[in-house]
Amino acid sequence: MDAVASRTSQMLYLRRRIANTVFIVLSTCAAVFGLVWLTFILGGLLIDGVSALSPTLFTEITPPPGSKGGLANAIGGSILMSVIAVLIGTPIGLFAGTYLAEYARHGRLAFVVRFVNDILLSAPSIVIGLFVYELVVVRMGHFSGWAGAAALAIIVIPVVVRTTENMLLLVPNGLREAASALGAPQNFVIKLVTWKAARAGIITGILLAVARISGETAPLLFTALGNSGWSWDANAMNQPMASLPAVIYTFATGPYEDQHALAWAGALLITATVLVLSILARMLENKKRT
Amino acid sequence: MTDISLSEPSALTARVETARKAGAGDFRFRMMALAAALAVLVIFAGVIISLIFGSMPAFKEFGFSFITTEVWSPTRERFGALAPIYGTLVTSLIAMIIAVPVGIGIAIFLTDLCPRMLRRPIGIAVELLAGIPSIIYGIWGFFVFAPWFQLHVQEPVATAVADIPVLGTLFGGVTFGIGTFTAGLILSIMILPFISAVTRDVLETVPSVLKEASYGLGATSWEVMWKVCLPFCQTGVVGGAMLALGRALGETMAVTFVIGNAHKIAPSLFAPGTSISASIANEFTEATGDLYRSALIELGLLLFVITFIVLACAQLMLRRMEKGKGK
Repeated sequence: MDAVASRTSQMLYLRRRIANTVFIVLSTCAAVFGLVWLTFILGGLLIDGVSALSPTLFTEITPPPGSKGGLANAIGGSILMSVIAVLIGTPIGLFAGTYLAEYARHGRLAFVVRFVNDILLSAPSIVIGLFVYELVVVRMGHFSGWAGAAALAIIVIPVVVRTTENMLLLVPNGLREAASALGAPQNFVIKLVTWKAARAGIITGILLAVARISGETAPLLFTALGNSGWSWDANAMNQPMASLPAVIYTFATGPYEDQHALAWAGALLITATVLVLSILARMLENKKRT
Repeated sequence: MTDISLSEPSALTARVETARKAGAGDFRFRMMALAAALAVLVIFAGVIISLIFGSMPAFKEFGFSFITTEVWSPTRERFGALAPIYGTLVTSLIAMIIAVPVGIGIAIFLTDLCPRMLRRPIGIAVELLAGIPSIIYGIWGFFVFAPWFQLHVQEPVATAVADIPVLGTLFGGVTFGIGTFTAGLILSIMILPFISAVTRDVLETVPSVLKEASYGLGATSWEVMWKVCLPFCQTGVVGGAMLALGRALGETMAVTFVIGNAHKIAPSLFAPGTSISASIANEFTEATGDLYRSALIELGLLLFVITFIVLACAQLMLRRMEKGKGK
């Protein structure tokens, strides 16, 4: 009887040990799986991208099929539209985030805004493109840089709202109370105390927003469309505008080898930008924590 | 004496004036914050209204048969959304089947098993994977992954299962490298970091007393994770998975590159197909005629409604999780 009991308990123990080993092996495999993909993607990007890099990328405009050229107009267009998008989106996001954290933390309106904002944060960006198409492109009658910038601004706003609110909530209430006790009106408390205390976090949010829009393609396809030349005059934003992601898309799906190489070079540029921005954002965040 | 009586009211009025100004500034500031918050709601409402408005012509023409027919013929102006809807759902399903277990596995590895030294670098690497724009996944999938996948996976599999009844239909036929299955696979790599990041965050909310108590009873790591930690943060894990599903459904560029853009429902998963977002991205600028454009906008509306439902569920679940944390 005893022998049987000890055998079953031994079997049970063995089974539990095996289950545990299988579990550890599987989770480790999962982590390796994730890292392998990352290496594959970055490796492929480096191999095909670096061989296509050249100084002419930044000085020449996108070429017609069959000839060599650069990406200067696409890079310029991307930078211009991103800057305008950030200039429009950041103040709105900052104030909305401030409203949620400082004025209406538990209100019903704040709940709705928070909910809607989080939906917009993950909503398909192509739908934003359709919205701006209906709103701007149809009214103006043609594709334009303004429409592209507007679409990107709509993507910037939720990112900034979310990080601003999170960062302001981390500011200890004692700071606000001390400032109020000195007689500062609420807007002074917010501008001079809480925004300052949360500055690093808010800048992190803006960097993340820039990282997000620098690779956005779908909303630009039918707002800014693309432009195979320069038009750097006051009217530039009123015309269709080239952007790096849109050029990558058209060139990569086309049949020409030269254009494929340019697409790879563009992809490498975008990835490098995004990675640098994310690392900067992370460094700022860590600096704040210590 | 007279000095004081003279100066006092003026000092007082000056002070009142300052306070009044500050009050007005305060009001202005508050209104600006409120306006910005309302702007978020206006954008959201604007998206819905403009999509409904834009899709009216197509809805009037096809009614509800739009979502039940497969025909997509710009030349005859007949449009049905069944093939894109099917593509969106199937690619997302494939992505979830792969990414949910692997993502949770990565999160478990990072919280419990990983040597402390490697924890931060691996965590950062997985998060970098989340930051890579979808067009990069697209171009990589199209030029690097699809040719490799066709040669080393699709062809052997297609030949091996050719005579087996169900598998032969699902994975048989001519292979192209690009197709529904490839799109699902690329999507799974894209959403992997979202799932593992959210799961890791919620796993960290499990009180260490719970874990210590179970280890003290002699439980193995597996039993602690499966019977204590995961049930504790179930809602959060499901919420994170839903969030990832929302992303997968709406993902555009990565899918557009590798799905093949064929407006039909093929029995084989290896065959080219299309998804809602890929159809819009591919055809919108070339769509001639109001009905064609309107049909594409109606597709956009469908996508927005589907993702809204999924994301709303995800938000509610994650909120509930956060509230529980505060207790």
